[in-house]
Amino acid sequence: MALASVLRIAALALLVAFLLWPQSFAPLFAPLTQYGAPPIYDQGNLLTLALAQLGTVCLAAAASTIVAVGLGILVTRPSGAQFLPLSRTLVNIGQTFPPVAVLAVAVPMVGFGEKPTLIALFAYGLLPIFENTLVGFRTCPPAVLEAASGMGMSARQRLLSVELPLATPLILEGIRLSLVINVGTATIGSTVAAKGLGEVIIAGLLSSNTAFILQGGLVTGLMAILLYDGMAALERRLLRPVTLD
Amino acid sequence: MIAVENLTKCYGEATVVDHVTLTVERNSITAIVGTSGSGKSTLLRMINRLVEPTSGRVLLDGRDTREEPAYLLRRRIGYVIQGNGLFPHRTVAENIATVPRLLGWDTRRIEARVRELLEIFSLDPATYAGALPHQLSGGQQQRVGVARALAAEPLVLLMDEPFGALDPIIRAKAQDDLLDIQRRFGMTVVLVTHDMDEAFRLGNQVAVMSGGRLLQYDRPAVLLTRPADPFVSRMTGLADRAMRLLSLVTAGEVALPGASDGPAVPPTATLREVLSELLWSGAESARVVEADGTVRGRLTVAAILARGRP
Repeated sequence: MALASVLRIAALALLVAFLLWPQSFAPLFAPLTQYGAPPIYDQGNLLTLALAQLGTVCLAAAASTIVAVGLGILVTRPSGAQFLPLSRTLVNIGQTFPPVAVLAVAVPMVGFGEKPTLIALFAYGLLPIFENTLVGFRTCPPAVLEAASGMGMSARQRLLSVELPLATPLILEGIRLSLVINVGTATIGSTVAAKGLGEVIIAGLLSSNTAFILQGGLVTGLMAILLYDGMAALERRLLRPVTLD
Repeated sequence: MIAVENLTKCYGEATVVDHVTLTVERNSITAIVGTSGSGKSTLLRMINRLVEPTSGRVLLDGRDTREEPAYLLRRRIGYVIQGNGLFPHRTVAENIATVPRLLGWDTRRIEARVRELLEIFSLDPATYAGALPHQLSGGQQQRVGVARALAAEPLVLLMDEPFGALDPIIRAKAQDDLLDIQRRFGMTVVLVTHDMDEAFRLGNQVAVMSGGRLLQYDRPAVLLTRPADPFVSRMTGLADRAMRLLSLVTAGEVALPGASDGPAVPPTATLREVLSELLWSGAESARVVEADGTVRGRLTVAAILARGRP
């Protein structure tokens, strides 16, 4: 545990230092460049790009969460059970349809920039949240649900005060998965002029500058890892220790 | 008083409960026994409308239970199920406070009631009020389940195999507690069990069900001496029916005046226990003695044996 915490803090410190003072890392990246090309991305501020990417991902995750949890609640109610196959199909399409293809389809409709990226990430992030919401509701112990109804809770009270709290750990885990997947996926947004670290990678590819590619990739990777850890820590703090037997 | 009138439940072709009519007297315990699939749980769950009847009706103190929304009805009826169904994310106190909160009691009244119930069920409030259900033993969880059902002082308590998951020693204790509490609060209890011993021990009246039909509904002694159906005698057990009959009578009820130098037994002991004591000690009679030492009379072997016949 101690080692893990040290590594985590080190990773965070490294990320922050690199984003704030990228030029001080120039000597490290210099061997990867040729013909005197700049070792550190110089066509934009790395911190701004990283924050823009994070913002896009969080916005998309928020939208995915609202839709996926809403659908999950709907199809686990007796009145909405018939929508389960349809919802599952839609959500699966969102995951199997490549985000790049979503971008290609979305650009003619909503134009270049953040919007097509948000749409692609939203669709891509639905599945883990939806499936985890379903499992969360379905694994509520039947005796607990029976007791809730037997005590005289209305369907709404049962949902809000029993089912949702019991499903929350799994829902949060779904959101975490969705966030992590999309931090990486978001880099493709730069192909349609969304601000993000994809810009750095693409610049590297165009000018055969390995240092740029590596920077874009490393910052994205570190953000994903730290986001995953941060969410896990948040879940542990937020939730009471509940064991279901 | 609960009046069940012609209650029927069908799932498609299958009739799970078939035209059952019975009346449960106020302040009594009724045990519904039957094998699995006999429809006993479905019958119970139709009383608080967790299952809606196909036909027939249930009257609670003369009022049709369908007059109000089901969830409001259920707040007036205590409900205990096998495995407790405690809310795992809520503390013991929050679990017990469930129905009072639904009813909108003020915080102080809820707190006082939770404390009172924890004390009745011998759970120290300081230790257990803030505990989560998984931190309790099986027996404690079961007690919290009953406390939660009684929190809003319901007049009717429905129990579906409430002691099924407990080991024999804790189960006996839980049964005694239930009898105490029923005497103390005087609520009407309907209890479903597959265990005939439990039904005989707790029930003022026992209903025997098979294949969705009510075969017999009467006092335990009548079930033994005048079974209405061969299935009833199979359920009550032919081999030890005389002993069961003895276990329905206490020493205090049938003690005869006179002295005895035999072993001392309390008036609450059943004749079965007294007979066992006499067999063991080889004495001809027993002294029935109150806890404070007053002698209530004596019981001879012959007098006990006479009680073991219809």
